[in-house]
Amino acid sequence: MKDEIEVSEEEVDKLYKKLNREAEVGGYHLNPDVEHTKDLVRGILVNEKRYGYWNCPCRLSSGIKQDDLDIICPCDYRDPDLNDYGTCYCALYVSQAVLNGEQKLGPIPERRPLLEERKKAQTKSAVLSISSLPLPVWRCKVCGYLCARDEPPEVCPVCKAKKDRFELFM
Amino acid sequence: MEMDHVKGKNKGHISLYALSTCGWCKKTERLLDQAKVEYYYTDVDLLQGEEREKAMKELKRWNPACTFPTLVIDGKCIIGYQEDEIKETIGI
Ligand code: SF4
Repeated sequence: MKDEIEVSEEEVDKLYKKLNREAEVGGYHLNPDVEHTKDLVRGILVNEKRYGYWNCPCRLSSGIKQDDLDIICPCDYRDPDLNDYGTCYCALYVSQAVLNGEQKLGPIPERRPLLEERKKAQTKSAVLSISSLPLPVWRCKVCGYLCARDEPPEVCPVCKAKKDRFELFM
Repeated sequence: MEMDHVKGKNKGHISLYALSTCGWCKKTERLLDQAKVEYYYTDVDLLQGEEREKAMKELKRWNPACTFPTLVIDGKCIIGYQEDEIKETIGI
């Protein structure tokens, strides 16, 4: 039995425009290959309807949000992949160099660890105590931006929210 | 496991393990469609229960990390949309 989910062109267009706007404001860039990018946006919308969250369109969802938190778009691996390869795993987001045509865009290796390794890492990080951190970590409640410094910044460098939108995270 | 069949020129036995939502998988399908070759595919995210388990078990044999797309051409496994390698292997 297959469950095919329909997403309209209007929905795709709307989210595409929104992501594009937010990406540019945050210093990110969507892939200029619009056909590819819209395929991915459609995939995200399908996953939203199917699982209730934006599971990465290029990775198989477990259907359990807690286990997929690291691959909810934008995923935990986007920024390191942009740094190393100029693209996220799906090539939804690309670097300025790719945008300028200075870096070639292609498929990249999967950075997400296998399930067993993720489980191991989870138990390890839970052991880390707060007192081991040399600085407090502040979290922007609007976009999730984290920074380790004495005080939050005046303005969130990613989404431009004001200082009072930050909370002490750990 | 039963896969969907796309008719076309026979260029060897080609199976594609894909996700219905994945952009690189779509690119792979388009490449095969444009070349009008015969192939078999399955969108693993659309499978449920036992069917999915079977597909994942098969895929794992070729590609232990179980990433998509995985293409198997006459026993040779190509992971990801490696355009040149795919074209060369199929001879298109
Ligand atoms: S790889 Fe790209 S599209 Fe997939 S979740 Fe990460 S940022 Fe989103």
